Amino acid sequence: MSISVQGVTKRFGDFTALRDVDLEVREGSLTALLGPSGSGKSTLLRAIAGLELPDEGRILIEGEDQTVMPPRYREVGFVFQHYAAFKHMIVRDNVAFGMKIRKRPKREIAARVDELLGLVHLGPFGLRYPDQLSGGQRQRMALARALAVQPKVLLLDEPFGALDARVRKELRAWLQKLHDEVHVTTLFVTHDQEEAMEVAEQIVLMDEGEIQQIGGPRDLYDSPANEFVMSFIGPVTRVGDSYVRPHDFEILPALEDGAREATVTRVIYLGFEVRVQFALRDGTEAWVQLTRLEYERLKVDPGQTVYVRPRQSVSFAA
Amino acid sequence: MRARYALRFAALGYLALLLALPVAVVFVRTFGDGLGAVWSSITTPEALHAFWLTCVMVLFAVPANTVFGVICALALVRYEFRGKSALNACIDLAFAVSPVVIGLSLLLVYGRLGWFGDWLTDAGIRVIFAPPGMVLACIFVSLPFVVREVAPVLREIGTDQEQAASTLGASPWQTFWRVTLPAIRWGVAYGVVLTTARVLGEFGAISVVSGKLSGRTETLTLRVEERFQTFDLTGAYAASVVLAVMALATLLAMNLMKRGET
Repeated sequence: MSISVQGVTKRFGDFTALRDVDLEVREGSLTALLGPSGSGKSTLLRAIAGLELPDEGRILIEGEDQTVMPPRYREVGFVFQHYAAFKHMIVRDNVAFGMKIRKRPKREIAARVDELLGLVHLGPFGLRYPDQLSGGQRQRMALARALAVQPKVLLLDEPFGALDARVRKELRAWLQKLHDEVHVTTLFVTHDQEEAMEVAEQIVLMDEGEIQQIGGPRDLYDSPANEFVMSFIGPVTRVGDSYVRPHDFEILPALEDGAREATVTRVIYLGFEVRVQFALRDGTEAWVQLTRLEYERLKVDPGQTVYVRPRQSVSFAA
Repeated sequence: MRARYALRFAALGYLALLLALPVAVVFVRTFGDGLGAVWSSITTPEALHAFWLTCVMVLFAVPANTVFGVICALALVRYEFRGKSALNACIDLAFAVSPVVIGLSLLLVYGRLGWFGDWLTDAGIRVIFAPPGMVLACIFVSLPFVVREVAPVLREIGTDQEQAASTLGASPWQTFWRVTLPAIRWGVAYGVVLTTARVLGEFGAISVVSGKLSGRTETLTLRVEERFQTFDLTGAYAASVVLAVMALATLLAMNLMKRGET
């Protein structure tokens, strides 16, 4: 195992950020730490980097106990949400920083910087200062800087959180491609479930300082361990004691077995799909996701009474 | 439009009346008796000594307060410790207390009849009525400038860059020199300029602890007063001009440094 977290607890005053957390991260994998804000995901990442000291438990990197080791000896690459660029250095010096600290020969540093700038598509920007770059470029520079010292693991703390939606999408795809090329064990923090599902092979879903479930995107979506996982990964409606996904409702013109009466409240055209919002008789609001074709066949309008039936639902024993 | 002109007029008029006009008058008066008189007045052994002694004050007090100021700012912004608010208050004390009082308190501690008086006399060290005491006075009155300039800059840059350096393998010492110091350099530079200006112009505390011995413990500010009171107006104006030129040179040096960088 590349990273092994064993029984780690971290408190800030009387707030418990991590509660007895265990986690194993496989060599060479690409893992997402996912959760709402305050769930402890960033604290866990920072503890692995040595930027936070756990109150209890152990952290092993490549089999060696690093629990109390200062960050500079851990050989981890860390990428910050707000880039943490060295503003007084040009891009090349930013990327070369770790190698200069390690006193590598000048020629070797220059060659490696060229190689990395090529890898992150910043070749022509080497002589610029960070404030002459866009957000996306700065974050790619920060990535090159972290990779320059050939870290054992690469840790990214909400790396795309400060970027606009379009750049974020670009960089997601690009991070995945980069991981295919570099193969370094990568752990990234995000609060965006779509980002986690799109990029990661393995998702660690956290809430209130505890890991709720670990698994691939499909495992979490199709077999959620509890209500929290079910409702965090994708939209969900609670009907009675069970949870239904919007695409698991069917709309029927007449009352059938297991169907409930509902009133259509709104129809939203999203282009590639149509959302039909409805209210059940007990007042529960929900929506069903239809393809354009399905909607054309149904043709429901606001105010109309329909019958909805879950094709499939999940319930959790209390 | 009119409001803008009025605003500009008010600001410039204020500066002109209070600053530019008096300084200009000093310059005019100084050179009224001709260059020769000025030159001979600022090249007397006493005048040269006063100039030299003022430089000595700057050369000791400014580096001392720069090092102390940066360390203090780091302690106040980056660390939590007991007595932090006490330290913070102490730093402002140097601003709050009148320089004359500071001079007097130095006299009470280091003077011949003060706390350390016997011990210092036995060791053969003269602090009061000698340059060491004057340097102490200068350090005291100019203490807060670097701390107060650097602390907000440190707070603003945050800890991200320092943490990034540490994950890249830098020791705390390397992080300070390569990341923190370059990031706060303009705060330090402004602090140094202000400290220098304050030390150049220091009068109150120094006039108490120096003894005002012409040619021995007389700085330029003290010399201005001494010349003025002995009705040597040319001498007083000439010494003032030297002081003003030194202050201008400090500002100019910083501006050149800044221009050199961008």
